[in-house]
Amino acid sequence: MKTQALTILLIICSFKLAAQNSEIHGDFSLTLQSYVEDETINAAAADEVVLNNAFLNLIYSSNNFTVGLRYESYLNALLDYDSEFKGNGIPYRYATYSIDGLEITAGNFYEQFGSGLIFRSYEEKGLGIDNAMDGIRLKYRIGKGISLKSFIGKSRTFFTYADGILRGIDGEIDVNETFGLEKQTKYILGGSFISRYEQRSNPKFIIPQNVAAYAGRLNILNGGWNYYGEYAYKINDPINSLQESEMNYASGSAFTNSITYSQRGFGVTAEVHRADNMLLLSERDRTGKAYIMNYIPTLSKPHAYTLLAIYPCATQAMGELGVQLDLFYKFKKGTLLGGKYGTKINLNLSRINALEGGNSMLNDNIDHTPALLSFDEELYFSDINLEINKKVNKKVKYNAVFAHQKYNKDFLEGKTPGEYGTLSSTIGVIDLSYKIKKGHTIRIETQALFAKEIDSVSKKQEGDWIMALAEYTISPNWFFAIQDMYNYGNEDESKRLHYMNINFGFLKGATRFEIGYGKKREGIFCVGGICKVVPSSNGLNLSITSSF
Amino acid sequence: MKKPIILLIAFLLSCGVTFSQDRSLPNIEVKTLKGNSFNIQDLDNQGNPMVISFWATWCKPCKKELNAIAEVYDDWQDETGVKLIAISIDDTRSMSKVAPYVNSSDWEYDVYLDSNSDLKRAMGVSTVPHTFLINGEGKIVWNHKGYIDGDEEELYEQILSILVK
Repeated sequence: MKTQALTILLIICSFKLAAQNSEIHGDFSLTLQSYVEDETINAAAADEVVLNNAFLNLIYSSNNFTVGLRYESYLNALLDYDSEFKGNGIPYRYATYSIDGLEITAGNFYEQFGSGLIFRSYEEKGLGIDNAMDGIRLKYRIGKGISLKSFIGKSRTFFTYADGILRGIDGEIDVNETFGLEKQTKYILGGSFISRYEQRSNPKFIIPQNVAAYAGRLNILNGGWNYYGEYAYKINDPINSLQESEMNYASGSAFTNSITYSQRGFGVTAEVHRADNMLLLSERDRTGKAYIMNYIPTLSKPHAYTLLAIYPCATQAMGELGVQLDLFYKFKKGTLLGGKYGTKINLNLSRINALEGGNSMLNDNIDHTPALLSFDEELYFSDINLEINKKVNKKVKYNAVFAHQKYNKDFLEGKTPGEYGTLSSTIGVIDLSYKIKKGHTIRIETQALFAKEIDSVSKKQEGDWIMALAEYTISPNWFFAIQDMYNYGNEDESKRLHYMNINFGFLKGATRFEIGYGKKREGIFCVGGICKVVPSSNGLNLSITSSF
Repeated sequence: MKKPIILLIAFLLSCGVTFSQDRSLPNIEVKTLKGNSFNIQDLDNQGNPMVISFWATWCKPCKKELNAIAEVYDDWQDETGVKLIAISIDDTRSMSKVAPYVNSSDWEYDVYLDSNSDLKRAMGVSTVPHTFLINGEGKIVWNHKGYIDGDEEELYEQILSILVK
């Protein structure tokens, strides 16, 4: 690690001598958390007393040349991170140079082909996800409207790399630009291919060492209309098992289609997607998010209010079929429903079911391929919600959400069928802001969730929840918030608990300090529409972020 | 833990790299809502200031900020010539909702898509919202993390202050 860093610094120095327009900038983040044991919420105390996650990004650029690195420190990682994140290091460093339409990157990079169905390398620090590639990437713009990307490399897993060697190529052509068509309708075509090499070591079955997937996409735009469709196919990638019954030689596939129309004051989006046996891994037989190299977006609205996201949907890459519809409308100013400032609404509907008879399977005993468009009776998730956003007068604004969700807890959380069944919950949220005087605002959020089980179940249910939050902000520097979540409807009376949190923060320009104390509930934490399971915790946390 | 960082910075300083107050925009491509590629270095407002705001359709404070500015945007433009560029970091899960949301909200901003966060990373944005002020020479002269009610007034004061200079 140290030699790598020194090499990079030497390169920076030598370039500095030669270049004039050089700049250096970056960002920093530090999170410290202490954990107090609390048996009532099953929160464990950490042996270390205080845990720490931190990173510093440095980017140096000079004309067409950029180098960057990220120093990461996990001493030791917060409990909601994978414990494989351990110690200090510079796991991310790269150099990029561009000339004559060619961009060359050596070292680490993030990349996505199309919508990500066969390949996406990305990071989400809040969730401990980082599958940066390490290798060589070339991007090339061939004349007008044609671009090519290719890479070879290995995928990051914590502080090391997965065994598979990944090779990929992606091309996109803007038909109108390339052929100089001045038509109203715009066509963009794209295709991508990715392959993984990994040595086989199975004494019984000859499993392929090179496996591949490919995808094609089409985007058509006309005025307020936008259609996007992508189809992906995975050539079979059997696991390294000695059990005949565990082998699956079936190929996989996925598609996503969306159609959007919007004009001033109105917008609509309709989507359908399907995935069948479409988990692509950077290393054979591995489990866990760190090894997933493709991205099948979840077909439901990413909710930002706690009780709406307490039972969130997660994509089942092995098999699902889902539909989603979104409607956006703004009632104009001066109308009955619009009032003085206008009223915005968003209606969202989504439904995700299993594939009929399960995902594709192929071996000596089974040969099953689910029909293309057949909803199995097994529901994974459904959500119907309406959000209303309104400014009442110069002082008062509110946001209200009403939702009805169904959540197949047994399936989505990997429980035994019949334990928790499918939860049906009705949720209401009212978020009200009141401006006291210039810069001073108080915000009150109240939320309630009323749950019932559809099926007969063996385990005691969490039942109903209420939540309240009060936040006082003084622009541009201060905020203070207190919130309490109360599981008053838990069937297990000893678990009718309060989850109280206090947060205090100071902001100045690009720097933010935040101190919080309280109980966090065990459950699923979502940032940016991605979710992971986090353990309960009870303690003090401090975070500092800054960018320069 | 901090030692190596300090060493790194010391090393950089010693070899003559200076921390520039005025950063330039990075050489990164984003997409327009019409499907075209656009290099962020090509942003231009004829010598007038620009505001770049990172946001997402799932981010409440981001929408609060951009909706608050939308109400006064006409006045801001008349008085300062400022242009607001809204960079959506929605990934392919919610990217298709950006145009319907923007249009239905009557936003008059230039909106771009940064669906795998390439620009976000290059500009050192760790959380949204994050707002940058760009002066007439295309340099970043001020930036701010987060949004609390009333922050748009501070932003406007910053815009006015670079005009005075």
